[in-house]
Order: sequence, then structure tokens, then C-alpha cells
Amino acid sequence: MTETSYSNDSISSSTQLLRQVMRRLQAGWRTIVILIPFLWLLIFFLTPFFIVAKISVAEVVIASPPFTKMIEWTDSGIMTVRLVFDNFLYILNDSLYSSTYINSLKISITSTILCLLIGYPIAYGIVRSGPLAKKLLLFAIILPFWTSFLLRVYAWMGLLADQGTINNLLISLGLIDEPIRMLYTEFAVYVGIVYTYMPFMILPLYANMEKLDGALNEAAADLGSKPTNTFFKVTLPLTMPGVIAGALLVFIPATGEYVIPDLLGGGNVNMIGRILYNEFARNVDWPVASAVAIVLLFLLVLPMAVYQHYQGKATEEQ
Amino acid sequence: MYNKRSGFLTFMVTAGLAFLYIPMILLVIYSFNKSKLVPVWGGWSTRWYSVLFQSEDVWEAVSLSLKIAVVNATFATILGTLAGLAMVRFGRFRGRTLFGGMLVAPLVMPEVITGLSLLVLFISLNQIIGWPAERGFTTITIAHITFSLAYVAVIIQARLTGMGETLEEAALDLGAKPFRVLTDITVPRLAPGMVAGWLLAFTLSLDDLVIASFVTGPGANTLPILIFSRIRLGLRPDINALATIIILFVAICVAIAALIMYQQQKRIERDEQIANQEVL
Repeated sequence: MTETSYSNDSISSSTQLLRQVMRRLQAGWRTIVILIPFLWLLIFFLTPFFIVAKISVAEVVIASPPFTKMIEWTDSGIMTVRLVFDNFLYILNDSLYSSTYINSLKISITSTILCLLIGYPIAYGIVRSGPLAKKLLLFAIILPFWTSFLLRVYAWMGLLADQGTINNLLISLGLIDEPIRMLYTEFAVYVGIVYTYMPFMILPLYANMEKLDGALNEAAADLGSKPTNTFFKVTLPLTMPGVIAGALLVFIPATGEYVIPDLLGGGNVNMIGRILYNEFARNVDWPVASAVAIVLLFLLVLPMAVYQHYQGKATEEQ
Repeated sequence: MYNKRSGFLTFMVTAGLAFLYIPMILLVIYSFNKSKLVPVWGGWSTRWYSVLFQSEDVWEAVSLSLKIAVVNATFATILGTLAGLAMVRFGRFRGRTLFGGMLVAPLVMPEVITGLSLLVLFISLNQIIGWPAERGFTTITIAHITFSLAYVAVIIQARLTGMGETLEEAALDLGAKPFRVLTDITVPRLAPGMVAGWLLAFTLSLDDLVIASFVTGPGANTLPILIFSRIRLGLRPDINALATIIILFVAICVAIAALIMYQQQKRIERDEQIANQEVL
């Protein structure tokens, strides 16, 4: 009898253990849900930046990988840590790099302002349309985003070329005799950036304007405010969150843009994304390329933090 | 906003749409150009389409890109949904700020930086653990999942906040276990968001040139890499033909997606109507 009761006990205790494990798992599924994407981003998004930072303080050597080790153990058990800041000094002192950074910022800031000046009235026009027109227009703005970015840039190569559509049209109209050089100039880069990034400006602006209360404008008008005055004192301040979100969504990626300066600017427009890519692909100077990336990241970290702050606030408001 | 559009706003919207669409329309028209010089019109022809269909490397690139896009979209949707759930429904947990930061950063990170950093990661991993042995399909897919999952998470988070928690609370009150609430209520209601996320991840992957160029190896050309290598040297009529096919493909997909969403919307509205009637 004792034996059976013992085995019964062991069965019940093992089922109890099983239940406990199950309960642990049930409580643990939340951890698993968090852990899977968390680990993925930790390994494939965060860690790589530290590796880039590490390489940026190495020296280039002809080997595989083509840079020196940061930590080395010598025979006598001495650990040597090599941090070479030459790459950063080289970038800051070399006029090619510093002028390219400045040029990138100039192009991206100007493009952002252009996008804002064109995109703001478009977004405002869409918000003020009827319910069906609003949906269709918004759809029309998003649609190009789903087609290839590369092909949208390519379309402008055909328009801007010396024998391109625009020059052909102007010549056949008799407005010009000689084709105007547009492709492979800074102008073409501006057109390309404004064209491809426009939806990123319009969408956050639209989302913000949609929440505006039309009664405020009416109230301002009733109190005798002129439309321009109302716009600058009521509408514009209230849409500032949309302006900032849209501007950052254009400015940040445009600063590091590679495809547009390469295809539309040819060899004539230097932007940092292009230099970085070439440094890496052709010169195989990884330490300098990494240092270029770190400096670019450093320039963009503040705008990115601002964007994140606004994004966080927007989700909380919802 | 009940005010009518002013003339200026109507003009800006019209001009804006013209600016967005005219280049693409011209791209399509010139794909039917007989002449070898893209901008010089030489009459209608479909010869560049036959040139395109005969080139094998284009089809290899298309098949590689589609394979990467499907695998990427599937994994990115799973990971992005988990991440969205964690951010919206799990309250505070340790590392939430870091997690949130890593979820937003890929959206705005310049592609050259993401590409460079992933490449050095793959090379370092190869030296330490011998994996990945070669760069190509696997490395591009991993790179794409990493930034796509952030986009999916944005969609999922928006949908979760929009859905509210009333149904889940009701189920919990009726004695359902939290895990069952998740699998039986939250996930099915999230399905439209997951479909939208999958499509977005699929498109992002097909569209990416810069990151793929960094992390690819010899011989593995995705479609954007192939197109880029050709148009760098100037205009090519066969690329116009390829562009037309891609635009047509996207237009059909978007039309189907819009139709499905429209029908779903109608079904939800009808269900709500029935529910309201029953309450009355």
C-alpha cells in the first residue's frame, strides 16, 4: 500500500511540476514576445555600430580584414589597446571631406525647405477637399512611394539629359537654341531629392492638419483677422509638429543620400553618402570609411533624437 | 475643415500631382520608342520588351529579388508584430526605452550607415564563428528584415492603439487566459495591419539598392543592383521597358489591395450596424 501511495505521490508531484513549468511558460510568453525582436535588433542593428566605431580607430593594413586589431596580447601577457584617431584628424583636416560634409548639409537643408514650401500648400489643399477627393488625393500621393525609388530617379535622367525631354521641348518651341546642361549638375540633385522625398513631407503634414479645428479659423475671421494673419498666427503654429516631423523625414535621409547624387549629379556633385560608398568600395580604406560614417552619424544624432521625441509624443497622444 | 479650397491651393494640388506623375508617364511612353536613343522619338515599337525578355540576367535578378522580398516580408511581419505588441500592450518593462529607440532608428538611419555597419558585422561574424560563409541571399535578407521590421512595428502599433482594449478586457473578465486572449482576439483583429505590414516590407525589400549593394557578395545581383549598374552609364531603352512592367505590376497590386481593404471596411461597417440593431 505504501508503495502505491508513494508512486501516486510521485505521479502527482510530477504532474504538479509539469503544471508549474506550464505556468512558468505561460507567464514567460511575454518575455519571449519581447525577447525575439529585441535580440534581433540588438545583434543586427546596435552591435554593428560598435564594430564600425571600433574600426574607425584602427589603421588600414593590407590584410583580411584590412585594418589593425584594437586589442593585442603580447607574449609577456601585456595587453595593448590601440586607438588611432588619425582617421578623424584626416577627415577634419582634409578639405575634400569637410567641404563634402558642408555641401551635403547645404543640399539637404535647401531641399528640405523646398519640399516644405511645395508640400505645405499641397497637404493643406488635400485637407480642405471633400471626403472622397481627400481619400483619392492622399492615395495619389502615396502611390509613387510603392513604385521603385531607383526608377523614379531614372525618370528624371530622361527628362534632364542634354537631349532629354525638357531640352527637346524647349528647342522645338524655339525658346532656346542650345540645350541647357541640367543632368549631372547640382540642380538635377535638388530636383531628384525634392521629387522623391515629397511624399515624406506631405504625409506627416496631412496627418497633423487633419486634426486642426476649422472653427478656429472662423473665429479668427469673425474677430476681424485677415486670412494671411490667421495663417501665420493660428494655422502655422498649430501645424508645427507636422512641419518638424516632415522636415526631419526629408532632411535626415537626404543628408546621407547616395543614389541621387550619383545618378543625377554624376561626378560633379559630392555628397557624403557617395564619398562613403566610394571610400569603401574602391579604396578599401575601411577605417576612413568607418570614421566618415561615425562623423555623419554624429551630425544626424540630434535631428534623429528630436524626431524620436516627436514620434513618441504622437503615439502617446493617440 | 469645412472651408472650401482656395484657387491657390487647388493649383498647388494639381501642379503637385503633375510633378509626381508626368516623369513616370514619360518613362512609360518612351519604353515604346523604336529608337535606340531614349529621348529621341523614332515611332512606336515593342522591341525593347523582347530585348528585355531575352536577357537572362534580368530574370535571375528578378527571381533573387522576389525570393528575398517574400522571406523578408514574412519574418519582418512576425518580428514587427511581436515588437508592436511589446511596445503597446506590455506596459513598462526593463529596456523598453532602448527597445523603442532601436525600433524607430532604422526608419531614419541613412542607408549608407546601415549598409556599412551590417557589412562589417557580417565580416566580423564570419571571422569569429565562420558564418555567414558567403554573402548573398542570406545576408541581404537579414539586412532587409532588420529595417523592414521597424516599419511593420509602426503599422502594428498604430493599429493596436486604434483598436483599443475593450474586447480584450471583456474576454479577461469572462475568464479567458491572457495568452488565449492574445491568440484568439488580438492577433485576428491585427490581421489587416499584418497584411499591410507584409506588403510594405515586401515593397521596401524590392526597392532597396544601397543596403543590398553593401552586404551582397560576388554574383548575387538583386534587381535594383542590376538596374543601377546599367543606368549609371546613361539612359537605356530596355530599362524603360522594365520600369513599365514594374509600374504596371505595382498598380495592379495596389488596386487589389485597395479593393480588399474597401470590402473589409464595408464588412466591418455592416457588422457594426447589425450589432447596433441588436443592442436596440
